[in-house]
Amino acid sequence: MRSSLTSANREGWAFALPGIVLIFAFIITPFILAFGFSLTNQRLISPNPTRYVGLENYQQMLGLAFVTLDAKQDPNGKVATDPSGHPEFPPLRTITRNADTPQYRGMQEWFRWETGTQAHLVIARDVVFWKALVNTCLFVLIVAPVQAGLALGLALLINQKLRGITLFRTIYFMPVVVSIVVVSLLWRFIYDGHDGLLNNMLAGLSFGHFHPVDWLGNPHTALGSIMVMSIWQAVGFHMVIWLSGLQTISPTLYEAAAIEGSSSWQTFRYVTWPGLRHTAVLVLIVITMQSFALFSQIDVMTKGGPLDSTQTLVFQAVQRGYGLQDIAGGSTISVILFVIVLSISLLQRWLTRER
Amino acid sequence: MSMLLAICNLGRILTREGREMAEIKLRGLRKSYGGHEVIRGVDIDIADGEFCVFVGPSGCGKSTLLRMVAGLEDITDGTLEIGGQRVNEAQPRDRGVAMVFQNYAIFPHMSVRENMAFGLTIAHASKAEKAAKVQRAAEILQMEHLLDRRPSQLSGGQRQRVAIGRAITRNPGVFLFDEPLSNLDAALRMDMRMEIGKLHKQLGTTMIYVTHDQVEAMTLADKIIVLRDGQVMQAGAPMELYQNPVNRFVAGFLGAPSMNFLDVEIVAADNETAKVARPSMDPIVVPTRGRRFVPGARAVLGLRPQHISACAPDQGVLHGQVTLTERLGSETVVDLVMQDGKNVIAAFGEDKEFERGQRVDLIFAPEQAHLFEEES
Ligand SMILES: Nc1ncnc2c1ncn2[C@@H]1O[C@H](COP(=O)(O)OP(=O)(O)O)[C@@H](O)[C@H]1O
Ligand SMILES: [Mg+2]
Repeated sequence: MRSSLTSANREGWAFALPGIVLIFAFIITPFILAFGFSLTNQRLISPNPTRYVGLENYQQMLGLAFVTLDAKQDPNGKVATDPSGHPEFPPLRTITRNADTPQYRGMQEWFRWETGTQAHLVIARDVVFWKALVNTCLFVLIVAPVQAGLALGLALLINQKLRGITLFRTIYFMPVVVSIVVVSLLWRFIYDGHDGLLNNMLAGLSFGHFHPVDWLGNPHTALGSIMVMSIWQAVGFHMVIWLSGLQTISPTLYEAAAIEGSSSWQTFRYVTWPGLRHTAVLVLIVITMQSFALFSQIDVMTKGGPLDSTQTLVFQAVQRGYGLQDIAGGSTISVILFVIVLSISLLQRWLTRER
Repeated sequence: MSMLLAICNLGRILTREGREMAEIKLRGLRKSYGGHEVIRGVDIDIADGEFCVFVGPSGCGKSTLLRMVAGLEDITDGTLEIGGQRVNEAQPRDRGVAMVFQNYAIFPHMSVRENMAFGLTIAHASKAEKAAKVQRAAEILQMEHLLDRRPSQLSGGQRQRVAIGRAITRNPGVFLFDEPLSNLDAALRMDMRMEIGKLHKQLGTTMIYVTHDQVEAMTLADKIIVLRDGQVMQAGAPMELYQNPVNRFVAGFLGAPSMNFLDVEIVAADNETAKVARPSMDPIVVPTRGRRFVPGARAVLGLRPQHISACAPDQGVLHGQVTLTERLGSETVVDLVMQDGKNVIAAFGEDKEFERGQRVDLIFAPEQAHLFEEES
């Protein structure tokens, strides 16, 4: 039995065809290829034939272990200390190059903390991947709420009936239409450590008491600087989405609330926010996806440095696939990213579902 | 019977609950949008507990005037007093008014209960107080079984009831209604109209009700204000306006089918009567009701369809041929065309059969006719 969808609707399918072809060519096929590559040792150019390796790439990427090192002791059983009185620990290679513990072979330290005479270490097979993962999650966790919140605030301001308000709409929306690469280049000048606009401004505001910071060259400020720039760049886009949501709320609801004696905050809480539910879901999902895809800013501004402090998953995927010619590694990161974004989107939809 | 008593009692309890006196005075009220004046000097007095209806054609400024009373529109000029206080600049919440809108304006994401309690929630009332007041309002509106529904699960009439319930729970000094029944179908409109009438009897609160429907105005009002182009044409009790309209506009607006207007010439006039004629009508003497006419001038004769009756052939003052008959059972409305092409509508208070093209001769009691100056 042929369903009416396939038989009676030939023109419909004809119209959908170009879209379907494009989606298959650039989204579905590459994804299936990536999934396939991630199970092999495929390289960009290699004399050796490609071999199926199962989940080895994933084990390599995700391998993580927790070890404890005891402080070095002198022959009398006394804890050895460095000149500042700090206990001295044996180097990690006593474990990773030890024939007794082959499971730790090739792993590197990610981070450690010490309690008394013990040091606790988290070691990973692929430390850069883990740093990229943490940076990406941090970026999403900070950028998503801040950007969504700021955009909502701007939308609320812009939604008023004031003379010349469209000028502000245009201004806030402008960074969105400029290419992110151009924006990143501009902000590199703003963040410049010697003569950047930001340093000059801060110095001016503090009457010269502010010491210039190399915003993108300092591991403590680099990721934060990129976050600030990213929030600024896309806030106008989300403002427009919020604005469209705001304008679907009936003005008489506001009038009813005003007559009932509602304060501005109460009006927001009981009228505006409930009316923005669907918009909120959309904005959050879009921001989350965009944030996970963080790449251009990194590529233009820091290339993952300094000291891997701005490594991100997509940047790593690209760098491995094309920089290091490790197509299998890049594909593996892509698949992991896909699983993370999919789970988070499903979770968000579930949390914000109609009850 | 006992339920009816209980409801009346509830009404009395509600009214006693410290509501403030709320007589309303509008003095020289004006409103302009840009340079365009839409309310052009309005004076109205509404007594405490009065049911006042603003009526007029679409676009005459009824809603604007009501919204100025509510505080939703700024007042360009003039004074507005509620309960003896000048409130021109007061916020809506400080005016002690509750408003019911044409499109209901109930909050879609809240249950009926939460909607009705909204004003109390805003005022941080206790749970017990909210529950009690919502319960009472629901009893008055007979909608206790709907309290836990969402607005999307209600019919239009039920939604409007929720909006009225929200107004009741706040126990306001003044109820404002802006065409509350316009979105309802005809049958429901009549039911709700009666309920609003009953509600006013129960609560005894001052109410201002805006409508373009003269039936609502006639049936509900203690006082009708007829508006046209932002000005008051006439104010008074419904029957007063019906029987003594001050001008052709008011006369034509109240009553259905609306009054017939015939251009006539004044043949003779004295202080109290005038003799008028037109080619298709025999001369007749009608009262002038204090208006002055000079012989030879043109004037407009107003005849309510209900005041016209059929008479024996070749008698009467108006003669026409039937073009259309509407038989309503208790009433028959006939559209007649006279020899000079002018149409006249007659309404007979019984069921009658007419044939299209049939000649009908009509009379009317001259003392029930109205004579108006010709409008410029
Ligand atoms: N916000 C506004 N700006 C400009 N003109 C308005 C506005 N609101 C109403 N008007 C005008 O005022 C007049 C009266 O409107 P309104 O009070 O809504 O009429 P009604 O309720 O009697 O149908 C109309 O001519 C309308 O076009
Ligand atoms: Mg209106």
